[in-house]
This record gives sequence, C-alpha cells and structure tokens, in this order.
Amino acid sequence: MAPNNTNKGKGNRGTRSATPIKPGRQKAERPRRVAGAHSAQTSLKDRFISWRQHHLDSLRDALQRLNAARASSAMTILVIAIALALPAGLAVLLDNARAITRGWDGNAHLSVFLDMDISEARQRALAEEWQGTENITRTEVITRAQALAEFKALSGFGDVLEALPDNPLPPLIVVFPDSTDPVTLRALENRLGEADDVDLVQLDVEWVRRLHALIELGERLISALTLALAAAVVLVMVNTIRLAIESRREEIVVVKIVGGTDGFVRRPFLYTGFCFGFAGGLTAVILVQVALWWLGGPINELLSLYSSEQSLTSMAASSLVILPLFSGVLGLLGAWLAVGRHLGDIEPNF
Amino acid sequence: MIQFDRVSKRYPNGKDALSKVGFTLPAGQLTFLTGHSGAGKSTLLKLIMMIERPTQGQVLIDNQNLNGFSNRHIPLLRRKIGMVHQNHQLLFDRSVFDNVALPLIIAGYARADIGKRVRAALDKVGLLDKEKLNPIMLSGGEQQRVGIARAVVNKPPLLLADEPTGNLDPALSEEIMDLFKDFARVGVAVLIATHDLSLIARYNHRLLTLREGRLIHDGDESGEAHGA
Repeated sequence: MAPNNTNKGKGNRGTRSATPIKPGRQKAERPRRVAGAHSAQTSLKDRFISWRQHHLDSLRDALQRLNAARASSAMTILVIAIALALPAGLAVLLDNARAITRGWDGNAHLSVFLDMDISEARQRALAEEWQGTENITRTEVITRAQALAEFKALSGFGDVLEALPDNPLPPLIVVFPDSTDPVTLRALENRLGEADDVDLVQLDVEWVRRLHALIELGERLISALTLALAAAVVLVMVNTIRLAIESRREEIVVVKIVGGTDGFVRRPFLYTGFCFGFAGGLTAVILVQVALWWLGGPINELLSLYSSEQSLTSMAASSLVILPLFSGVLGLLGAWLAVGRHLGDIEPNF
Repeated sequence: MIQFDRVSKRYPNGKDALSKVGFTLPAGQLTFLTGHSGAGKSTLLKLIMMIERPTQGQVLIDNQNLNGFSNRHIPLLRRKIGMVHQNHQLLFDRSVFDNVALPLIIAGYARADIGKRVRAALDKVGLLDKEKLNPIMLSGGEQQRVGIARAVVNKPPLLLADEPTGNLDPALSEEIMDLFKDFARVGVAVLIATHDLSLIARYNHRLLTLREGRLIHDGDESGEAHGA
C-alpha cells in the first residue's frame, strides 16, 4: 500500500538523527513543528486510511467485547430496551387513540330539537334552509316517527312506548358542522337556538373535547417519561463505560505512553456506547412489536365494539430505524460523558 | 536531543523533586541516570515524557521547548520517544505482534507498512518467531525484549529506559544492554535510568547522578567530568 509515501518517511528519518542541536533556534521552536515532523513520517493519505481503519477496528472491537461478555452485555441492553420500550409503546398506543378520535371528529354534531307541534313539512323546510349556510356542511332530518322507531329498536323500551298515548319524542334535525372548533360550535349553537320553532340545541362534542384534553395530557406525560428514561439510559451507559474504562486501565496507560491521542483512546469506548444504545433500541423495537401483537387481538375487538373502522396500527416504519438510532446516540452521549470524566484520571506513571 | 536548562520541579505537596538540573544529551549517545530512589530519576523521566511539567526552567526535546506545548501536543511528542519500562507494560490480551504494532497503528502507518516494521523490530530483538504468541507465554527477558521492540518500532530519535534490567539476571541484562548500544550506534539518544551499579560499572558510558533532586555528577563512570 502506497510504498512511495513510506519511502519518503524513511528518507526523513535518516537525516533526522544526524541533525545536530542548534541552541540558537530554541526560542523560535513551536509545537507546530512536531506535527510537521509527524506528517513527514506518515503521509496524509496513509493517516486518513489508518484513521478510517481505526474506526472500523474500534467498531469491531466494541462488538467483540459485547459478545465476549454476553451475559452482562445482554443485561445492559435489556435495561436500555425496557427503558425505551415503555415510552415508545405508549406513544404507539397514543397515536392509535389520536387516529381513532380523528375519525370521531367527523361525527361531531348538534342535535336541534324542534317544537312538538310543527309539521313534518316545516321540519324539512328548516333543514333545507340551514343546509349550506355558514359552518354547516349538511343536515339530517329525523321525524318523530323515525325517532320513535329508532328508540324502540335500540332502547328495548318498546313495550313501554306502545303504552303511551302519544309519541313523546320531538322532531329532530341533526346538524353537522364543518369544524370542531369550540368557539365556532358555540356560535352555531346560539344561532340555531334563536331560530323560530327550535326548542333546544344540544352540542354533542363535549366528550370529544375532553378526550382531546386527555390525549394531550397523555402526550405530555409520555414526553416527560421519555426524557426521564432517556436520562436513565444515558446514566446506565455512563456507568457501563466507566467500568469498561476501569477494566482497560492498563491498555489506556500504554496507549498514552506510546503517543495515542485522546481521540484514539476515546474511540473504542464511544463505539461501545453507541453499540449498546443501538442494540438496546433494536431490542426495544422488538419488545414494542411483540407487545402490540399480544395486545392486538383484544384492542381490535374493543375498537370494533366502538364501531370504529380503525384497527390497531403498529409502529411507523421510520420509528423502526429512528428508535435504535436515537438510542445509539443516547449511548454515545453516555459514553462521551463517562470518557470525559474518567479518561483524564488515567495517566501513565512510573 | 535532550536539553535540561536549570529545571526545577516542586510537587504540590511542597517536595522539591528536582532543583536546577541542567544537562545535554546528544543524539547517538548512551547515558546512564542513577541515584537512590526518591533522588528524582522518575521525575526527570516524567518531565521528558510530559507526564509532569517543570516548575522552573525548560526542557528541550529535539530542539523544541516543551513549555510551549499544550496538552494536545503531548501525544505527538511521545511518538518521538521510545519508552522501556521495568514491568514491560505489555498488554496480555493480544499477541506479541499486536503489542509491537500499537505505536504504528496510533501514528497512522499503512497496514502493509506496519507488518514490515513490526517484523523488523522483532527481528532486531530476536523474537521474530514469537510474533503470534501471547506475551504472557514468554520469559521475563523475552517480555522485556518485546517492550524494547515496541519502544523502537517507529524508530524514535530518543529512547528512555526505566530500570530495564531490574528483574533480569546479568546475562540477560547484557543482551538488553547490547541492544541499547546498537540503537545508540545508529544515532538514537538512549537514557537509561537505573540503580544497578554493577551494570553501570560494566560499561564505561556517561553517567548522570542525582541526589535529592540535584545533579551531583555528570561524567563517565570513572568520575571524569563530561563536557559542560
């Protein structure tokens, strides 16, 4: 590999030792010359190749060490995985909840109960009149007879209703608004309430808004949980790497004596941190997927009971990649902190 | 190669390890450094390796004033210095070859080049046939020679040895000394810290003697003063 470069290096070394000391130049000497002398020994290209090689070596070394201490590595990885699977799993469930309520948003409507004594024609005329006015997408007419039939079918009080002399149910117009914005809905409610022949307007979106508030609360909680557990992952990694540094103390001393830079010493540990994090993230993805598969049956049943067309969606494909990477970065961060704190303590001594 | 100019070192606990030490080691010279334990030998080596910094005065290596070096430059300085330790400081989780290759990997040599240089260094110390072994399988003398091979594999202009023959019998010590003399002959400045007076007596090399942090003798073993 690149014999020309190495020849150049040898040439330099030949003259180097013969150079006599020139006391007059002492003051002018600056450290930069060290770098100069160094790059004469090994060309930039060689150093780049070797730098890249050391990255590969560090990665391989990190993986080998993970594999060599399989049991303890597995424990660390599982700790990370569980810490991350918890918020990730909850986030998936929350995503589902949000998707479902998005479907329900479309069902938000106002029930406008009319006076008992108006005619069916008048009812239809009102529905016709409102349809297409501001904030109303469509209206639906439910006559007293229809209401009675529906109530009989759904409530099971059919016999009781038969016994009544009159149909007690008022004529109803269901109004579908074009937005779920609370202010708009309130305005619409007022407007319809003031119309002629209207008895009562009932807004059926309160519970949807409560659900939204709950989901938002859930999001906040998951964010807080994610932050706390991410910090836990970092701390686990700080400790793991601290132990790794301790167990390789001798090697670090030797590397420092023979001129290893801090970066060279740091690199294997950073890779170790990243590998732990990445493996933990990958395991977290598997845990979440298994949990969703496990919960999938009951949840889909529950959803179908709520007559939702939605079924449980699992993690987004992007999360499958992002979670391990995010976790890898957390591992890297932990390793960085540990290395920064403990590597400086290890200095050669004799 | 090495120049000490009125160098003093006082440790934070108030102990004066070195007081106004001055000497010059030219390239191609083998020099002994002796003195009782606590006389300042280790401190002197640490100043050269920049493990410690002087309180006063200046140390020059290869005409470069170490006072002007930031911590970032220390690794580059150390690549110019081969260091041989009494306890060898070998890594037992890898082969002899990998031990010797470490300085080259750190300095960023090309892969193919590393193989050649490592074998040349192992050949020099007579261990070419043991490159695949783990150093733990070698004898004390062989381990020391692996340490020497590692110290010289990137052909540093300066070789430091801290009690290199401390645990070796006289015959092995002689082998090691012969190696050091060879390196001095090709232009390496060799500084051997030892309190093995019999070793010093056997060779008529320049001798620096420290006592309580002061350089009390600079000359050959017979007592003749060396040029100021």
